[in-house]
Amino acid sequence: MTPLMRMLREMVRIRTVETALAELYRDKQEMRTPTHFSVGQEATAVGVCSALRPDDRVYSGHRSHAPYLAKGGDLHAMVAELHGKRTGCAGGRGGSMHLIDPKVGFMAASILGETIAVGTGTAWASVMRGSDEVTAVFFGDGAAEEGVFHESLNFAALHNLPVLLVCENNGYSITSPLTARQPRGTTVWERARGYGVSSALVDGNDVEAVHDAAVEAVRLCRRGRGPYLLELTTRRLLEHVGPHPDRDAEHGAETDVRTRSCPVVRASNALRSADLGCESPDRVVDRWRQEAEQEVRLAVEAARAAPFPSTSTLLDGVHHS
Amino acid sequence: MRELTYAQAISEATVQCMAADPSVFVAGQNVDDEKGTHGTTREAFEAFGPSRVIDVPNAENAFAGIALGTAAAGMRPLVVHTRADFMLLAMDSVINLASKWRYVYGDPAGVPLVMRGVVGRGWGQGATHSQSLQSVFGHFPGLRVATPATPADAKGLIISALQGRDPVVLLENRGLYSLKGEVPEEAVPVPFGRGRVARRGDDVTIVAASLMAHEAERAADLLADVGVSAEVLDPRSVRPLDGGLIMSSVARTGHLVVADTSWAPFGFSAEVAAIVAENVPGALRSPVVRVTPPDCPAPVSFPLEEAFHPDAERIARACLTALRLDASEFRTPRPITAGFSGPF
Ligand SMILES: Cc1ncc(C[n+]2csc(CCOP(=O)(O)OP(=O)(O)O)c2C)c(N)n1
Repeated sequence: MTPLMRMLREMVRIRTVETALAELYRDKQEMRTPTHFSVGQEATAVGVCSALRPDDRVYSGHRSHAPYLAKGGDLHAMVAELHGKRTGCAGGRGGSMHLIDPKVGFMAASILGETIAVGTGTAWASVMRGSDEVTAVFFGDGAAEEGVFHESLNFAALHNLPVLLVCENNGYSITSPLTARQPRGTTVWERARGYGVSSALVDGNDVEAVHDAAVEAVRLCRRGRGPYLLELTTRRLLEHVGPHPDRDAEHGAETDVRTRSCPVVRASNALRSADLGCESPDRVVDRWRQEAEQEVRLAVEAARAAPFPSTSTLLDGVHHS
Repeated sequence: MRELTYAQAISEATVQCMAADPSVFVAGQNVDDEKGTHGTTREAFEAFGPSRVIDVPNAENAFAGIALGTAAAGMRPLVVHTRADFMLLAMDSVINLASKWRYVYGDPAGVPLVMRGVVGRGWGQGATHSQSLQSVFGHFPGLRVATPATPADAKGLIISALQGRDPVVLLENRGLYSLKGEVPEEAVPVPFGRGRVARRGDDVTIVAASLMAHEAERAADLLADVGVSAEVLDPRSVRPLDGGLIMSSVARTGHLVVADTSWAPFGFSAEVAAIVAENVPGALRSPVVRVTPPDCPAPVSFPLEEAFHPDAERIARACLTALRLDASEFRTPRPITAGFSGPF
């Protein structure tokens, strides 16, 4: 498989999983955890994570599913976590905003911006331990307004830390447009440069462009020339939290988004038939979708069959015993 | 009297205060959108527009100071936090500056910085979206901290806050927004530091704030079935706290149960117990019983979440324990007055 095929396959997988979960979330009401679906924002996660090594770390904020899956997080453990089950990646205690998979170096947290500092610290630890691991942190344009973003960039630049800051700019913070929150004519990527942080602005719905930019950013970070900030413009297709379509998507912008800027459609169009043997791109994508449907179906069945944590465990693990 | 929901009562109070005083303004994330913070800010936005109901960047830390600065210069900010948990980012300005302003600077004008924080519960709000911070804020001299339980108090306490000269934290449990109750049409302030007798009774005193006041009333129903008459006191504000009301009730009943949505250690429930122990130690005929969440962060998983949050049945059982009566089998309590169903 070409790199593009691998990335498209992963994007199709995430889109399929998220779409299926959103429908079940709405219809079954069994996932009782505020969930910020990643539908529409697959290329950012896949493009960046495909530029990382397995031992590199990834943190995200509340919109955690795509980065978790793209970093290789266990799907069954994620779906079980959304169902609040004992087999969940956080034992059912954390929910959608606290996904974790230590085996692949992934963790998410729910308070805006807080993992920007934590990722900066993890990158610092890499330097202290003499390892060449890189840490990537996913966060939104809204989180870039928090003080912790600015304080962390200053610190990361001061110490040349190997942290890749990935700002997924989807234009909104809940219902609030960027123009209501940040001065016109300014950008997150340019602001980063003010701190001495190298940066680039990339079309976040173009997975190859994201990947190429991330490869370069990771290369610099690994050579001690971090930090690096990537601002990736993208668009979420569902509402901020919950399973319903985003209002703008419902009001006509939808067709445009689906056909032209949708990252999955764009990557499919970029597939070259030469890479596919005798199969048509549509057939290949369809097969991947069916595989992912089967995968998520099994994960949901397993999650629903799994036991809830026993209430006798409520107090376990508050402190080191 | 006509009835309003808790959310409508907050909205009405906000609109009336803004109409009466041009220095009042509302600021917070997404306060201007259609949902308008559970329907509490939309009317004000429609009445006064974006110059007085202002969507702000995600910057709780600096914004607390920015709002404080406007208050120091004669404005009356009403800052809305969609979760009280996010107020932890605002602590420096609130604790290190606003609460101390009047005393440290000897500034008689003070700083009327008013902050609302929503306490989530239900639908797996979890460890960082359902914390009740009344004990945290209640610890600091110079702040006023209120936890309205009824629509009338939600209205009256906001009015007190927006007419007063002190920094105020108002904590609103999300489950209460749809609750209906009688609310006066006029802008009548409810004073801080005066509790409310939610239910008269003779056998045991239950002190419970905010959502817990309703759970305590449901508990009183259960107890009535087994012949126990419980008095329910809703303090309305935790700082200042109406110690007199609590002491005189306990002096009469001889038994005290405190129910709180936050943890027992160093908490509101500890403060209530201490007030009674210090002031009317002879009144207690049984040890105080506290009904609080277990000493762990709030878990998301549904059965754990159910076990985490104190409810009517636990309060009723605690009362029986205090009275040394058998924990009988209660009928299922009537459904929670205040509820929330998903999908978020
Ligand atoms: C400190 C803090 N303030 C507010 C919130 C509530 N909140 C959760 S997500 C969100 C929007 C964030 O927008 P952005 O960072 O752009 O991410 P997006 O949701 O668009 O992916 C807000 C305001 C929070 N979780 N933490």
